[in-house]
Amino acid sequence: MDAIDRAPVMLPGQDLATIDDAVGDAVLRPRERLGPQLWWWGGFAISVALTGAFILAVEYLFIAGVGIWGIDIPVAWGFAIANYVWWIGIASGGTIISALFYLTQSQWRSAVNRIAESMTLFAAAAAGVMPILHLGRPSFFYWLFPIPNTMGLWPQFKSPLLWDFFAIITYVFASILFWFLGLLPDLAMVRDRATTPRGRLCYGILALGWTGSHRQWRLHKTAYGLLASLMAPLVVSVHSIVGLDFSGGLLPGWHSTQFSPFFVFGAVLSGFAMVLLMVVPLRRLYRLEAFITERHVDLLIIFMLLCSLLLAYSYFVDTLLPFYGDDKFERATQLHRFSGEWAWSYWAAWSLNVVIPQLLWFRRLRRGWVICFIAFGVVVGMWCERIMLVASSLYEGFLPSSWGHFVPTLWDWLTLFGSAGMAAAGFFLFLRYLPVIAVFEIKEILPPEGRHG
Amino acid sequence: MSGLAAEFAAETLLVSAAERLREAGVRQLEAYTPYPVEKLDEILPRPSNFLPVLVFAAGILGLIGGFLLQWIGAAVAYPLDIGGRPPASWPSFIPIAFEIAVLCAVTAGFVGFFAAARLPQPYQPIAALPDFDRASQDRFFLVIDDADPRFAEADVAAILRGFPCRVVQWQS
Repeated sequence: MDAIDRAPVMLPGQDLATIDDAVGDAVLRPRERLGPQLWWWGGFAISVALTGAFILAVEYLFIAGVGIWGIDIPVAWGFAIANYVWWIGIASGGTIISALFYLTQSQWRSAVNRIAESMTLFAAAAAGVMPILHLGRPSFFYWLFPIPNTMGLWPQFKSPLLWDFFAIITYVFASILFWFLGLLPDLAMVRDRATTPRGRLCYGILALGWTGSHRQWRLHKTAYGLLASLMAPLVVSVHSIVGLDFSGGLLPGWHSTQFSPFFVFGAVLSGFAMVLLMVVPLRRLYRLEAFITERHVDLLIIFMLLCSLLLAYSYFVDTLLPFYGDDKFERATQLHRFSGEWAWSYWAAWSLNVVIPQLLWFRRLRRGWVICFIAFGVVVGMWCERIMLVASSLYEGFLPSSWGHFVPTLWDWLTLFGSAGMAAAGFFLFLRYLPVIAVFEIKEILPPEGRHG
Repeated sequence: MSGLAAEFAAETLLVSAAERLREAGVRQLEAYTPYPVEKLDEILPRPSNFLPVLVFAAGILGLIGGFLLQWIGAAVAYPLDIGGRPPASWPSFIPIAFEIAVLCAVTAGFVGFFAAARLPQPYQPIAALPDFDRASQDRFFLVIDDADPRFAEADVAAILRGFPCRVVQWQS
């Protein structure tokens, strides 16, 4: 830990003005300071193209129905559910960084929480559409709400799938409020720095008349602390409930009491990996090395490794228990996972989420591209884990006579990559139009000698 | 409202000026800063802060309401017999009751904050102060209302002259 303590959370020589310049200019973008942003246009163009593919895939799905996907009986849950679990897991990591580490008063959080929260927002949005697409008759999704209807029907409150519906609604809504509350003072900063009338108008409307009076700050601090303390347990509950979606089923490989913590570990792991994947290139591209230092990267890596070890424990338990117990169906499913049709996803999950990330314990390997490569591997590996859990339990269940196959179609893949494009497009817009660092929080952790204009 | 506004270039200057005014008995002070300055908590008047109570109450109401909603749905209005399990099996109502409680608490915290902070506000008179756009960036403003009973007696202007700051008359 010594080496980490030595790296500062902010490089010396910063004051209020340098922070505003570094972050404010990234939003208002004077050309002479930042130059052309080819990486932004390139990334945004690709994301928009993928978003187009997503819209196409969804459009065709709405017209033709879920038969365009590879799902069938017995594998009735396919990519949509795996994508959903994967996306909501990625989102969870961002909330953990911004809410949990706010409660622990970790100073390093301040430089990365905005990136993490925004990533959460778009990942949660991508997650939220998946179950609706999966419904078969998406236009009836509102039947999940307990609304009065002529048939006198009520939703089944004892089903984890309905718990999940309430959990997602709450999570997406609360994430937006939490994100906006944290953003408000920074919107005022951008409003006051804007030089064009259009900028002043747009950011002026968004800032809602924030003045930064002490009264407002006090209330803001209270409200933000309250929301953070609600978000932290919320995010754990959300992914626990996602785990219960599976535990609630009787299928071998699903009917397990450890799924809630198992899912939370994986969720936080993928979230940390995604934040690393954003933070490592961004600190260079936006020249934010003074605020997002080696220390942030180190801490994110260490938390990712911690989650990786926790997940390894869950994988180990999940693999071991069928052989420790006496259920031959559980055993058969585990053996299918070792060497069946979907074995690649099982081994990919082990290697990408557990084995390869351990390389980052070596400080010499903590170079930008290595970190990005491994973090990307974790994000991919977590998707492999999700599809492994969904498909490998379903395709060979209790009765050999009802065994089947699952072969994803083009539309499955388009939905997956398209949703990634949609989330990325949103994130690129965030990078372009909103402060990527919580400026007022960084000012708050400035050393006393830097607290001047 | 009218009074004096002082513009400081550093947090420490603002805090010591506010401290001096407070010692002189001036109460109607407000500071405008680019980030929350914790030292001002003890110096400036403390507004009543009902947010924690509001959020707690909303959370409890959401919890009870969410629980009752499920109870009514599953046990009274639409009981389904699944394997002879009791319709009102309350443990399965906990997750949704918790989610609704959090939803209500977060919404109450958010709405309560904006209500208490009197936002949104399309026009803030204080923003007319010269240089005030830097209050969100790198300047610290201290505004003293001349309605304060000790305003003249304490000689606010003289106290402010003792600090490196720019003082302007302010009127809304």
